[in-house]
Formats: sequence, structure tokens, C-alpha cells
Amino acid sequence: MSEAEARPLPAVDYLKIPADGDPYLEGSKCSACGAIFLGSRKICSRCAARDQMETIRLADTGTLYTYAIVHRSFPGVDVPFVSAVVDLDGGGTVKGNLMDIEPDPDRITFGMPVKVVYRDALGRKDKDGNSYLSYFFVPRE
Amino acid sequence: MSNDVYVVGVDMIKFGRFPDRSVPDLGAEAALMALDDAGLAIKDMQALYCGNLYQANAMVGQRILQQIGQTGIPVVNCANACATGATAFREAWMAIKAEVYDLVLAVGVEQMGKGLLGGGGGGSGIPKEGLLGGGTMPTVFAEAGMEHARKYGTTFEQFAKVSVKNHHHSTLNPKAMYQIETPLPEVMNAEMISYPNTKLMCSVNVDGSAAAVLCSERKARELGLMSRAVKVRASVLTSDPWQERDLVMPDVNTCTRLAAKEAYERAGLGPSDIDLVELHDCFATAEILHYENLGLCGDGEAGRFIDEGHAALGGRTPVNVSGGLLSKGHPLGATGIANIYEVTTHLRGEAGKRQVEGARIGMTHVIGLGSACGIHILERAG
Repeated sequence: MSEAEARPLPAVDYLKIPADGDPYLEGSKCSACGAIFLGSRKICSRCAARDQMETIRLADTGTLYTYAIVHRSFPGVDVPFVSAVVDLDGGGTVKGNLMDIEPDPDRITFGMPVKVVYRDALGRKDKDGNSYLSYFFVPRE
Repeated sequence: MSNDVYVVGVDMIKFGRFPDRSVPDLGAEAALMALDDAGLAIKDMQALYCGNLYQANAMVGQRILQQIGQTGIPVVNCANACATGATAFREAWMAIKAEVYDLVLAVGVEQMGKGLLGGGGGGSGIPKEGLLGGGTMPTVFAEAGMEHARKYGTTFEQFAKVSVKNHHHSTLNPKAMYQIETPLPEVMNAEMISYPNTKLMCSVNVDGSAAAVLCSERKARELGLMSRAVKVRASVLTSDPWQERDLVMPDVNTCTRLAAKEAYERAGLGPSDIDLVELHDCFATAEILHYENLGLCGDGEAGRFIDEGHAALGGRTPVNVSGGLLSKGHPLGATGIANIYEVTTHLRGEAGKRQVEGARIGMTHVIGLGSACGIHILERAG
């Protein structure tokens, strides 16, 4: 397998993997009203301004806003896992798995600081056998 | 004469699982029951509004008429997630309000599979469920419930009490899917689906149908139907306004608050005027949020509202005396008309053992995730 083929693909389009740098999450900010969105878009759904979107790099740190502990999911999905909604520092809200923590409500606290980490997409591959890179949250000291 | 709109006939089938029947067949049964309740025939109807989600492209309304009478009337099929039935009812209401028709039939019907709804992901690449958090309905509503816990300290036990109450109510409703008491330990110790929602805190996927005959005041008087008629005091539909987290966290609160405010204004009423509420308890966590969203109690008071029994039959504002989606069942497209049936039955004083004594005004509420909120306020006319 050549080096190019071995490069993982992003699990979602707002996850960017630069050839010469660290992965990051991309967002858009409306320069008319300041609303922040995941990924790219042309029109602001908050203020309806057109062509006012600037592409921004979202922060790799944030705090836990809310969560659920998922014990039953679809066949093939490993449970339990923590489904977490995280407010990123500087704006933007992202949902993902909170890892490296016991899936126990007594261990998880609202507002706890988390870090965005980039890891293989739990071994999931597409039908062509491509590997994917995804993002996850882990507790931050 | 006013252009007020009345429900003059309404009914629902007992919810259950009917894998051997078709969607139009289930819809036709409720349609005939509602017509019989009004003492009218399909030939009297000037239009049909049909709500169904999973066969939204399959002309369910016309296929119902193929079973009960093809009179050539206009048929509109609508889909609006879990607000589908309420949307069909509201379209029927609007047609009469606009004085286009005097007598209109609204039907809501659904045939459901078993198992988890939502999630799945879609798109290209790899499955996203459990990779980017969870997208199943129990998870989405668990996260919404935990947002309330974050703000106000609402506990797992308080969420669970909703399920105890609604299952208890359903023991008094012969049309509910289940008539089984579920004491608090049983609810809390049931299989955890998405914390804090256990299996008994998730609505039941069932098949079902419900239908209503709506009528102008002029026609209702002409036909002598006013004694059991129920007036539609407000009919409101909203979508979700922008919220900062709504791209990753569907917001069921803001659209409900918006709809409730408008409904109270249009009816010239307040929450204290409402004698009973059928609200969208798709999950136990959701009911807690909607006590506040509908103004039944103040913000941050929902935990106490359930603790002190205000939402139970006999309480200050009985909520989901039908058993709710949690125990009566939740056939998506039928739900928004089945709750009209429930409230109308109380306003007519015909609800038997679960009757809310002296009920004069009631409210129905549904949420379709994505989002749509439908609210109706109904008042006894006689």
C-alpha cells in the first residue's frame, strides 16, 4: 500500500486533515451577527445574511454542556458510550463520544473541561477498505 | 355568526400491533369511527386531510377513501415527523376557518416497526452512530433531559416518576396499548437505554389511528351537533428558531414555548385556565421539560411539579391521563389526533374512570423532531 492510500479520510467533512499539520475542526462564523456553525455554509440561519460567512478554525478545548450514557444502540455499535455535547472555547458546539472516562453519571460533571482529540474511527472502514480519522473528547486536567 | 371551528366527531382505535393490516385499513377504521361519532357519513365530508409519516409518498388518504367511499373530494397527505397528526388536524381547521368548507375529515395513522428510532446517520463513508455520540431518539431526549438536570438539578428519580404516573393513568384507559402499573423501582431498574431514560421511560412503538370530523359553527348548529361539540380555541404550529446548539442538539423547548405563547394569546387564556393537558411524552425526560415550556409551572419547578403530584389525575393540571405516549403508545402520525380524541372525550364528560372532573378547557401538544411543534386548545361548547 502506498503512503497516499494509507492516509485516513476524515469521518465528517468539518474535520480537516492538513497534509502538513495537525487535524482540526472547521467552522463558519457569520460576520453580520457572530453566529458560529460547524462546517462551511453560505447563508446564516440565525440572521439570514448571505455571503457573510468566514471560515474559522474551531478550538480544541471546551466544556461539557450535556450528555447521555448510551446503553442500547444499533447492532454492531459498542456500548456503553458517553454521547457528549461540548461547547468549544471561543464558540461552536460539537457532539461526539466522551472517552477515557467511566460511563457513570457520578463520574461525569456538567461543565467539566474537555479536550478534542483525533483518533482512528473505532476501526470502522468503508466498503473500499479505507480507514477514517474521527474526533473524540477526553477529560482535560 | 363566527367562523369558529368545532370538533363534532372524534375517535381512535385501541393502539396495538397489527402487522397483518395495512395503513389505509387502519386509517379507514378510525375514519368510520369518527364519522359514526358525529352521526355523519363520508358523503358529508368536503375534504380529507391525512397524516402519515412512514408512507408519506403513498397516497394514504386516497387509499382510505378507496376503502370507505371515493367521493372525489380533495385529499391532502401530510408528513411532519411526530407533529404529523396535529398538522393534518390543523390543515383541516384552517380550511374551515378560511370558510372554504363546512365539514372536513382529518385522519392520522401509522404502522410502526419495533426498536430504536433515529440515529443511523446516513451519508457516505462509515456509520456515525456511536462514533460521533448518539443520534437515537432515546439519546437525543436523554441529552435534553440532562440539560434540565444541569440547570435545575432534576434527578433520575424525578424523570422516572413521569413514567410511573403515565403508566398508572393508562390502567384507566382501555384504548391504551398497555394497562400495567409500573412502580418507581421497576421503572428505575428497567433496562437502561440511554441514561437517564430506561426502557419504561421510552414511548411504545405501536400501530394506531385516530380521526376527527371538524365543522363550521353554522353547519354544526344547522345539523344540531352543538351539544357534544368541542370548540377549537387555538391552533398553532411552529418550527424551531435558531439556537446556538441546535445543529447538534435538536431543540424541543423553544418551538414549544413559542407555540404555547401564541396559543394562549389566541385563546385569550393562561395556563391556569387549562384543566388537562396531553403533551408529547415521547420520553419521560421530555415531559418534565414541557411542564415548564407550556407554563404549567415556573422555570426550574418541573421536578417539584411531578414530586407533588400536580400532573397526576386529581392534581392541579392532570397531564397525559390517557397514559401518554409512554403507555398508550406512539404511532407517530396518529398521535396528534389521538390526543385531540383524549381531550375532547374529557370535555364531553365521557372519559369514564379517568375523567378529569368538570373539565372545560384542555390542551394538546406534539413535537416533531427537526422540529415542529403543534398545540391545540379545545373548549367544551355545550
